[in-house]
Amino acid sequence: MTATEIRSGVLRQRHAAEIEAILARYPADQRRSAVMPLLYLAQHEYGYLHAEAIDEVAEILGISGTQVGSLVGYYSLYHDHPGGKVRMQICTDLPCALRGAESFAREVCQNLGIRLGETTADGAVTVEEVMCLAGCDKAPMFQVQDDHGIHYREHQTVAAALEWVEEVRRTHGR
Amino acid sequence: MAAEHILLRHLDVPGLDRLDVYLEHGGFAALRRAVTEKSPQEVIELVRASGLRGRGGAGFPAGVKWSFLSADVFPRYVVVNADESEPGTFKDREIMERNPFQFLEGVAICAYAAQAATAYIYCRGEFWDLAAALEARIAELRAGGLLGKRLFGTEFSLDIFVHLGAGAYICGEETALLESLEGKLGQPRLRPPFPAAKGLYALPTVVNNVETLANLPPILERGAEWYRTIGTKDSPGTKVFSLSGHVVRPGNYELPLGTPFRTLIYEHGGGIPGGRAIKAILPAGASAPMLAATDEVLDTPMDYESLPKVGSMLGSASIIVMDETVDIAWVVLKTTRFFKHESCGKCTPCREGTFWMLQVLERLHDGGPAAGQVDLLNAVAKGIEGKCLCPLGEFAIMPVMSGIERFRPDFAAHEGNGK
Repeated sequence: MTATEIRSGVLRQRHAAEIEAILARYPADQRRSAVMPLLYLAQHEYGYLHAEAIDEVAEILGISGTQVGSLVGYYSLYHDHPGGKVRMQICTDLPCALRGAESFAREVCQNLGIRLGETTADGAVTVEEVMCLAGCDKAPMFQVQDDHGIHYREHQTVAAALEWVEEVRRTHGR
Repeated sequence: MAAEHILLRHLDVPGLDRLDVYLEHGGFAALRRAVTEKSPQEVIELVRASGLRGRGGAGFPAGVKWSFLSADVFPRYVVVNADESEPGTFKDREIMERNPFQFLEGVAICAYAAQAATAYIYCRGEFWDLAAALEARIAELRAGGLLGKRLFGTEFSLDIFVHLGAGAYICGEETALLESLEGKLGQPRLRPPFPAAKGLYALPTVVNNVETLANLPPILERGAEWYRTIGTKDSPGTKVFSLSGHVVRPGNYELPLGTPFRTLIYEHGGGIPGGRAIKAILPAGASAPMLAATDEVLDTPMDYESLPKVGSMLGSASIIVMDETVDIAWVVLKTTRFFKHESCGKCTPCREGTFWMLQVLERLHDGGPAAGQVDLLNAVAKGIEGKCLCPLGEFAIMPVMSGIERFRPDFAAHEGNGK
């Protein structure tokens, strides 16, 4: 994606119908309410929310880039830096930790040769620690954030998680 | 207890997440009857008479909340709090995933009572797949004439939309949720005005939790008197208790309010793994004082009125169980890290206070200079108490102060390890 393409309104060109459908959910004089779904749309298009993406969303809504940018920094599911193809976000909050999530996270990282917060050398997976995901009875568990959204993987073992990482590597052609 | 489920009905009726099955089992009869036979005021009165209390945490009577809507101001909104993010809470997720139509029927009944033509379901962003499933089900309802214009041939029209959050615990606080839905930073508003007067877009708004709304179809169908036969006088009905931590069978259990901890933990949850002793209970996720699991506490009925008597509260009823191997100073480190991460930064006592509590706790755990640190921690917590804009700051200090008060030796052990 080049800056020129972005300035020409890639989001609007490629997702015109979806943008209209999103805007239609909110009152005509409250377009700003559409900022969160539009940020998700932009993030899935570009992989992360760079300054041009933020400006593009702001332009669609008729608000300032600063107003949009502040949200990107505030909410943890928006990313203003590129990460791995896939983010593996392990819940290590109290209920999961009581069921072994901290050692699970440690062992997964050791096996991948990285520390929490880092990306594997081949750029496939970024492993992160996150707060409670409402999967406490199915711990250890993690969520997968990729270009298609967010999906849960629950009742995990280290072996199963590593197998999933291999699967990611295959499907993303790395 | 082999009693029927009222909220987790999918456990009794296979395939209840399919519209045809839900309709076969009486689905949407309650909404139809409400809309065609009752006035909005009559629905509010019925819900008020049932004594249904908000299941999001505060336990405020739902019918009373609705009756505060500013008269004659339209349009109005219903906003569903599906931002389930309290550590240890996973009940709304199960209701929306497995009994979605009862929940959606409840949203529609609430909207009729509030005379709102639009409802938004604010789902935490992590519920991405769940939100997509809900949208598909809403589309099914539209296609089936159970949502949309002029329902059942009346003047009442309703549309429901799903709105995804993006990872901020504070958006579970209702005014922060409204800010977020308006496309702003999800930070709490000063109250009053309350959402019933000035809510979404400064218009009268009802904000209710998922579980609260799922109670409405059965209440409308079977009446307030029936509802009051379940639970206690001040806490009628059943509650979905999310049980997690050191139990053999963690999960959601729907039980009458007033069921003792012991029954939930030992009968339903199968007790503590390895037959170890139970040490502590967090009865409302991270957001309540921690209890030492004494016999008195284990025999306490889990309802809104009994928990304060033993020094805690029911909140969202997410029971986190900790066995004798757990270091409570570590538990408090975990809860404090959570609240420090989730503090929205708007008010100083919470933003700075959670930061400093975490500093002190990390020092204790890293074996740094430790003399006097526990008293310092308690002093910082006291400095936050009663000074915050919203409950988050108050929640943050509850595990800290109760932990120090009830489990002081666990903290003192760390002081002893210091340099």
